[in-house]
Amino acid sequence: MAKLMLFDSTLRDGNHAVRHQIGKEQIEDYCLAMDGTGVHTIIVGHGNGLGASSLQVGFSKLSEHEMLETARKNLEKTRLGAYMIPGFGTIRDNLEPAIRDGVEVFTIGCHCTEADTTKQHIEFLRKKEKEVYGVLMMYHMASAEKLLEEARKMQSYGAMGVILMDSAGASTPDMVQRTVSTLYDSLKIHVGFHPHNNMGMAVANAYTAYMEGADIIDGTLRGFGAGAGNCQLEDVVALFEKCRIKTGIDFYRMLDASETVMPELMGRDMGQDPLSIVSGQAGVFSAFKLPVQKAAEEFRVDARDIFYELGKRKVVAGQEDMIVEVAEGLSRFAGGGPGNINYQLESLL
Amino acid sequence: MERRKVKAGIIGTGNIGTDILMKLRRSDILECGIFAGRNPDSPGIQRAREMGVPVSADSIHAIEENPDCCEIVFDATSAGVHAINAPVLKRLNKFAIDLTPAHVGKFCVPALNMEECLKECNVNMITCGGQATIPIVQAIAEVHPDTRYIEIVATIASRSAGPGTRDNIDEFTQTTRDALTEFTGIKNTKAIIILNPAEPPITMHNTIYALIDHPDMEALQKKVRQAEAKIRKYVPGYKIVMEPVFENGRVTVSLQVTGLGDFLPKYSGNLDIINCAAIEIAENYARRKVSGGADG
Repeated sequence: MAKLMLFDSTLRDGNHAVRHQIGKEQIEDYCLAMDGTGVHTIIVGHGNGLGASSLQVGFSKLSEHEMLETARKNLEKTRLGAYMIPGFGTIRDNLEPAIRDGVEVFTIGCHCTEADTTKQHIEFLRKKEKEVYGVLMMYHMASAEKLLEEARKMQSYGAMGVILMDSAGASTPDMVQRTVSTLYDSLKIHVGFHPHNNMGMAVANAYTAYMEGADIIDGTLRGFGAGAGNCQLEDVVALFEKCRIKTGIDFYRMLDASETVMPELMGRDMGQDPLSIVSGQAGVFSAFKLPVQKAAEEFRVDARDIFYELGKRKVVAGQEDMIVEVAEGLSRFAGGGPGNINYQLESLL
Repeated sequence: MERRKVKAGIIGTGNIGTDILMKLRRSDILECGIFAGRNPDSPGIQRAREMGVPVSADSIHAIEENPDCCEIVFDATSAGVHAINAPVLKRLNKFAIDLTPAHVGKFCVPALNMEECLKECNVNMITCGGQATIPIVQAIAEVHPDTRYIEIVATIASRSAGPGTRDNIDEFTQTTRDALTEFTGIKNTKAIIILNPAEPPITMHNTIYALIDHPDMEALQKKVRQAEAKIRKYVPGYKIVMEPVFENGRVTVSLQVTGLGDFLPKYSGNLDIINCAAIEIAENYARRKVSGGADG
């Protein structure tokens, strides 16, 4: 079995759970607590990555420069990472400044069928001699064969690995097994998995992914992250070590960080809640949860109906604008439609 | 008496180029003089051949070798290729309409700056997202010059984004944002581009957000409707689907663009919005030539 690399997205995906309001001191405390614990990289930034601070997804409390600079100053041993989705950020406005701020590891993401939109950015970063991985988001929406085709494109652009993002937490163990093994058998580069916990399977799915050849597991402390939360890294380390899989993690230090830094960072418990289960079932991007709740309140409609309708419309990550439109539409709907069981079932098909 | 038609060349035989070709058939003032790409077997070239249009696999060299084949050139290649083509077209004294996000020439939105653009020798059509949202953004900025921030989100069907668009996603995003600022004078702008692969494909959808301290919603709604009517003159499928509303502290407007279904099906409103705009400026240029204006 390959050596495991843990990617720590606490300060990136976690930002989704607090409306992108992670502050300077929190970044300092987290980086100090986690530097040198053995995670491969600590990824920092807005929930949707570089360039995503917006009305569409939510403004960050800090600028990209402030977040990266703060983390950089407090990381000596662990690499600083950043995420970007082309279409949100650009080379000139975001990647070049991030390189100047000292980012060493980049993950470049796109919806799982659109790998060719990452070509310019992966190639640019490889030319700059940075460590670069491709990310296929919402992977549950494509077949294993299609995902392999897309991952191969990223490999040809120079990506050093491809990470499957279970952005909706919609994975069954069988899906993970089939998809990861298909990629592992045919790619020459690393394969990674980024689980979400909508159906309580994040850690189990990470384990399955590893057994099928994935050597990158991307998670967060306490599962702090979008929607139902992420794959809890403390759990992964506990489970893997018990299974005699070496993680290279200073476990006590990681647990200390979990206990001392996380309660203040999270603000609230990350256990499963009903709305996240609905969003997972409907196959909608986990990070839509807070904006959906907000829109439900604003337009006095049921947040669950919004999720089912979004699922029906097959929206992808980044389409937050549809939330308001759907909520506004539902608010004009009188009886017979949403709330009706047939309507919900139809949405799931 | 039948009026003289002005010849236009098209370089690039992908989605954009082929859709322009189909649209030129409807024009009473333009005709296609050359349809040039690099692949002699591309579906676009085949279609042009069937239509009896002169074709070439020699790209811009076809125009260099036979400069009389056209007066106007639609460049539907890629940002990198247009940067190389632009000086050649200038030397040949062609009116270049750039459909890539190269931004060599002046940004052009026919509803807003047609007259100024007709004085140029190279105009840039920005991007589909830019063509769809800038007139609305400009209307908002006109009512509220105090707008603090503008953001647009353009969502298009994956199937309508050809390899050129995908290879240029970075320029696409950057150029759209740069144009938002140039047309409104508002420094703080953002453009977000989303590709959605759903089947059946989704219709092109755009949302505009604005941060305004005390928005005059009535004035905004009126101005936005006026802008819509102006664009509908050259893009019939352009439709506001959510009038300006004030929600969560922001002004939000949504619009859809349904295409004419000339080359790709009707969901590809993104092709229509940029191509109809390109044809609008080309026809105006041609009309002046024919009526003996300028150097005609």
